[in-house]
Amino acid sequence: MVGFLAQRVAKGIVVLLAIVVLNFFLIRLAPGDPALVMAGEAGAGDEAFIAQLREKFALDQPLPSQLGAYLGSIVHLDLGYSVRQQMPVATLIGERLPATLLLTGSAFVVSLSLGVLLGSLAARRAGTLADTAITGLALLFYATPLFWVSLMAIILFSVRLDWLPSFGFETVGAGYTGLSRALDIAHHLVLPALTLGLFFMAVYVRMTRSSMLEVSRLDFVKTARAKGLTEGVIQRRHILRNALLPVVTLAGLQAGTLVGGAVLTETVFAWPGIGRLMYEALLQRDYNLLLGVFVVSSAMVLVFNLVTDVVYRAVDPRIEVA
Amino acid sequence: MLKTILAGTVLSLALAGTALAQATPKPGGIANAVIQPEPPGLMLGMVQNGPSQMVAGNIYEGLLRYDFDLKPLPGLAESWSMSDDGKTYTFKLVKNATWHDGKPFTADDVIFSVELLRQTHARARGNLARVASVTAPDPYTVVFTLSEPFGPFLGIFEVGSLPMIPKHVYAGTDYKTNPANNTPIGTGPYMFKEWKKGSYIRLVKNPNYHVAGKPYLDEIYWHVIPDAAARAVAFETGKVDILPGGSVENFDVPRLSKIKGACSTTKGWEFFSPHSWLWLNNRKGPTANKAFRQAVSYALDRDFARDVVWNGLGKPATGPFSSTVRYHDPKAAKYSYDTAKAKALLKESGYKGETVRLLPLPYGETWQRWAEAVKQNLEDAGIKVELVATDVAGWNQKTSEWDYDIAFTYLYQYGDPALGVGRNYVSSQIAKGSPFNNVEGYSNPSVDEAFAQGAVAVGDDKRRPIYEAVQKTLVEDAPVAWLLELQFPTITRCKVHDLVTTGIGVNDGFRDAWIDR
Repeated sequence: MVGFLAQRVAKGIVVLLAIVVLNFFLIRLAPGDPALVMAGEAGAGDEAFIAQLREKFALDQPLPSQLGAYLGSIVHLDLGYSVRQQMPVATLIGERLPATLLLTGSAFVVSLSLGVLLGSLAARRAGTLADTAITGLALLFYATPLFWVSLMAIILFSVRLDWLPSFGFETVGAGYTGLSRALDIAHHLVLPALTLGLFFMAVYVRMTRSSMLEVSRLDFVKTARAKGLTEGVIQRRHILRNALLPVVTLAGLQAGTLVGGAVLTETVFAWPGIGRLMYEALLQRDYNLLLGVFVVSSAMVLVFNLVTDVVYRAVDPRIEVA
Repeated sequence: MLKTILAGTVLSLALAGTALAQATPKPGGIANAVIQPEPPGLMLGMVQNGPSQMVAGNIYEGLLRYDFDLKPLPGLAESWSMSDDGKTYTFKLVKNATWHDGKPFTADDVIFSVELLRQTHARARGNLARVASVTAPDPYTVVFTLSEPFGPFLGIFEVGSLPMIPKHVYAGTDYKTNPANNTPIGTGPYMFKEWKKGSYIRLVKNPNYHVAGKPYLDEIYWHVIPDAAARAVAFETGKVDILPGGSVENFDVPRLSKIKGACSTTKGWEFFSPHSWLWLNNRKGPTANKAFRQAVSYALDRDFARDVVWNGLGKPATGPFSSTVRYHDPKAAKYSYDTAKAKALLKESGYKGETVRLLPLPYGETWQRWAEAVKQNLEDAGIKVELVATDVAGWNQKTSEWDYDIAFTYLYQYGDPALGVGRNYVSSQIAKGSPFNNVEGYSNPSVDEAFAQGAVAVGDDKRRPIYEAVQKTLVEDAPVAWLLELQFPTITRCKVHDLVTTGIGVNDGFRDAWIDR
């Protein structure tokens, strides 16, 4: 197991460096550069001004030496400096990461637990009204654009009912501390986490349901029934456990996107997370910051892939890790 | 009859009474405003984009401020005078202004600011080009000596154009990397307190502000809300009280202005006078032909754009000067909406049906819809149009490399033709690599000469005829197709008073603003 992990980590680092190089060139294929964007925002810019900015962003250097410098700092675990934001990239990402993890983490827990629960419920009652209702709902949430659901939720719960705040991470200027601050943040978290979770919940529902129905027709389930086990035990230990594998795969994929943040949800709810940071960095061609976010989120995808493999083994001991 | 008159008098007296009661500012309270997009920094000497100016206009100050007619008002200078030859300007500074860290503000800071801004501020560098020397005969007097007269010189001292920067913080340091850039220090009515990136910027009252009794508010929170619909909701639900111009999509403006307890004003943009037009590539393609360009100008339905796309906001523009800019000549206007005339001119131009590439401005829904409306107008006149979609960085690159046929843009005019108008039409401003000059590539020696003369002529009676003549020439040559004088209304809750009191509006800081509680 330790050898397996070491090998995977080593491979991961190579993949990560390849990603960095690829992203480095991909970003620069987009037209425009940060100097032009900043001059544009300033509403003025003579050549001297733009040349100054280019120098500040090190854009006057040839591309290979820019890449060399960047790889050099990455190897030293330094994500570089965002000239635009006047701050080290690591600080910027570090400030936003907790908010993103809170949002996507909550959405992950909500969607996975509700999804598996509702999915197995639907499978047990396949063909009944409950099944139709659950799968119908899942289909609806799967098909509806996320931002639209968010906006409708805001109109209903914030504007009409005034139950939940429509934007932000916490009540600005309220000066809450300790438990009351945590409650305040939780209050702000409800809408974005739920709307973000609904889409994935729908996926888990459908996956769990079909997978369980498939497993329930297999011979070992018949054997279990013949042994006289109770229906609950059969459902939980024989069917669900075996049906969970594809769900774990899917959850692993979702977990990989946890750090990438949810651009739409964070934008609509003004949630100060990584997704927005990345999107803004893209629009502003803030190369270092954008690369930094890519590096951190790809590293997380690699980590979660590893975790998924380990979880696989726990769920189904027949699977060998190699 | 007498009764009605009496009733009328009583009513107007009552109204006068409430107006009077409202005019007494109450100190205290917190202002919640929206800022969009999040500024890259607040050190006005280093960054000059719109949101930075809006927030940092509270922290920094200029020597002068400008009323709605762009007449200078005292700022950090309490009085000023010009020599008869128009080459020497003397400013008397206020004596009780201090920096937020307690150090006094003196003439040395003014001299230093000029020096710093000449290195870091593109627009200031241009504005200060004719300044030969800046001297301080005593700590509270500053003398600017110009190499030649410059008509609009008294118009370059507002906070965004020439912010005062503390010498004791910046002298001898690398300006770009000075850590103080993250904790800006100015002389303004509010002090920088906290910036939670992605969430909000917090400013607090400057208790030692040099204007007695001001400011009134205790704190200002600038909320960063990236989605336009979410900003509208934040105002509707009362979480924010101030939506500065341009912070919600235009189609939301009429609705939000009508909410109970909401007030709106289009004032406060007189200094900037955002003027929009289509850059027509004068170098090549059909747009290089004057008759074709005139055809484009006739093909545009500006009233429709104003009424439908901009929800009734703005004024049709058919010439290079906004109506709020000095020496604007309404008689120069020529282009009405006339598709028949456009078709005739197209025929005259020898247009053979080539497809022209139209580049919209990537600033949100309104601009997208506007591009579609213009495409429709041009196609009605018989011009084939292809819309080219880009994001902001791509737009900047395409326009600055002249890779377009027709491109939307708008520029600030800064109240005077020599500051914000000439740069789009004179040949010396043709330079690849920047989208904020003569991008269309128009070159006419008589126009160059006129803008050069207009800048150095002294006195309105000398300048006016020069600029009226140049407007006629430009309208005839149609180097670009003028669209609208844009309006960006500031929407507030009515309990917020005196927010917009000068020609630069919200950017002038909240020094006069107060909240009725």
